[in-house]
Amino acid sequence: MSTTLYDKIWNDHLVDQQEDGTALLFVDRHLVHEVTSPQAFEGLRNSNRKVRHPNLTLAVADHNVPTTDRTKGIADAESKIQVDTLEANCKEFGVQLFGMDDKRQGIVHIIGPEQGFTQPGTVIVCGDSHTATHGAFGSLAFGIGTSEVEHVLATQTLVQKKGKNFRINVNGQLPLGVTSKDVILQIIGKIGTAGGTGSVIEYAGDLIRSLSVEQRMTICNMTIEGGARAGLIAPDEKIFNYLKGKPMSPKGDNWEKALNYWKGLKTDDNASFDQELNLNAGEILPMITWGTSPQDVITIDGKVPNPQSENDEDKKNSIERSLKYMGLKPDMAAKDIKIDKVFIGSCTNGRIEDLREAAKILKDKKISSHVSAMVVPGSGLVKEQAEQEGLDKIFVNSGFEWREPGCSMCLAMNADKLKPEERCASTSNRNFEGRQGRGGRTHLVSPGMAAAAAISGNLDDVRKYQN
Amino acid sequence: MQKFNKLKSIPAYLPIVNIDTDMIIPKQFLKTIKRTGLGKNLFFEMRYDDQGKEINNFALNQSPFKDSKILIAGKNFGCGSSREHAPWALLDFGITCVISSSYADIFYSNCFKNGILPIILEEEKIKELSEYANRKEEISIDLEEEKIIYGNNEIKFQVDPFKKKCLLEGLDDIALSLNKSDKIENFEKDLKNKKPWIFHD
Repeated sequence: MSTTLYDKIWNDHLVDQQEDGTALLFVDRHLVHEVTSPQAFEGLRNSNRKVRHPNLTLAVADHNVPTTDRTKGIADAESKIQVDTLEANCKEFGVQLFGMDDKRQGIVHIIGPEQGFTQPGTVIVCGDSHTATHGAFGSLAFGIGTSEVEHVLATQTLVQKKGKNFRINVNGQLPLGVTSKDVILQIIGKIGTAGGTGSVIEYAGDLIRSLSVEQRMTICNMTIEGGARAGLIAPDEKIFNYLKGKPMSPKGDNWEKALNYWKGLKTDDNASFDQELNLNAGEILPMITWGTSPQDVITIDGKVPNPQSENDEDKKNSIERSLKYMGLKPDMAAKDIKIDKVFIGSCTNGRIEDLREAAKILKDKKISSHVSAMVVPGSGLVKEQAEQEGLDKIFVNSGFEWREPGCSMCLAMNADKLKPEERCASTSNRNFEGRQGRGGRTHLVSPGMAAAAAISGNLDDVRKYQN
Repeated sequence: MQKFNKLKSIPAYLPIVNIDTDMIIPKQFLKTIKRTGLGKNLFFEMRYDDQGKEINNFALNQSPFKDSKILIAGKNFGCGSSREHAPWALLDFGITCVISSSYADIFYSNCFKNGILPIILEEEKIKELSEYANRKEEISIDLEEEKIIYGNNEIKFQVDPFKKKCLLEGLDDIALSLNKSDKIENFEKDLKNKKPWIFHD
């Protein structure tokens, strides 16, 4: 029988299948961070349980860490307790941890691929919804809650029910200045934030295949914003080349064996999907979000919606609520939205290619005088690479702050946050109310668009700054 | 985990769609290393003003909804972040049943791990039930029978048999999975042969 890539990975990880459809699934890779793990380790301790496979587990502190000078430690007492607790738990249970002073430290979804911990055909979980990122490598990767983190630590398995198969085909070429961030924003705008609920999304088509590994990660990362827990892309030579020689990638004979297995990881030609969506890449334009849900997208040439032209009562109320929160007027042009801050970073767009894309726009330009802007590299290694390429100088010369790696203002758990009513062009993944700080207003954009907004002082078209 | 069987309460109604877990419990409260104590911060930004005072027109600040055990809300409840702090906050506030027309997957699964029953109903039925919140009248939930009883009416709902069993009996699913240790060990042995690179060997 023809099967999809998701079916294949699922079948290959079945430890036990119950009659009611519930399955016990083996987990190959478990990423752990400080926010969603303390209660799980405490649970293990209370029940006298061990971590079943410490060597399949990798931990890092990312959400709470300061992005300013770290030599003084963490000023916030609660953040410090959480980071210290992770360190103590990792020591007690024998789990490898990249500490705050380790240059490999960074956002959990950036360090996994960087180290070769993320591999095709594996089941990868983490107590973090953006675990979907790792699907770019052809792995089944999804976010779990803390109880499930404890379950995985104790058993290296997870109780799951199989989801539906949803394929999104993107064909054609992207116009100049349009990136994979715009592609995924467009997709979320089309399917809505619940469009993928209960499904695993496979991204396919010649546009997807033409994307770099990092661009694919941006797409898979935001799959959760479309409601699907996991998004995946069949692995190819680009993925294999990326992984070759990474510290935790298979070595020697094992590399050959792994490669042989990885090459078979694809959906059969006549496999059937429960749902399919086709997009033409050539029609996608630079996108922004105007509201408080990632599905609230318009093109940079577009206008903010008018609730009066909406018939559905729920949608109308929702638009009104969002406009009020965002401090926007109906029918306002996207380019008339003035911004105060710019944030470049996060597990969505904090990798080296993202920084290059923004730096290309910012080179020899100054950011607008009323804008304050920061770049937070996704990991210590991304930061190091960027500095070697001189990107840090471009950012600093243009007026950006160059920070230490972490999640930072994507969710504002550390000191980096918006003040009430401050408006930010952000390369992160969520524009929820209060996400970047109480009363803060977030517009999700690509790194190039964030750079363009910083220069113009308002949301603007990145194509204007491209040669 | 607390067992769930029957529940009777005046429901609270939040007529908002896409309530995300950032709204249910904002990030500043994720710094805890405990599961308890989050109830006072449930829906923090909608519930308190900038001075930390309760906002009177928010349902959960009003009597009798302060004591509601059942929350009725718009579709796609619990979307966004995987934080289990969201069900912990609901539970700590006293809410053990949520009724909506749809949920985000991770939140839905997190509820069952904490003795919270998330019920899925059609939008029309949600509107009908929300009248009980408006009239401040009790409704009853019977998990065993999979039904909601309100006035002289009943609505059936469906829940996965395994999840239902865990809720009814308050089962720890780690213990259940560890009962399958033999199967896990066999799988691991097989895996070491078939994909030796998984164990970094």
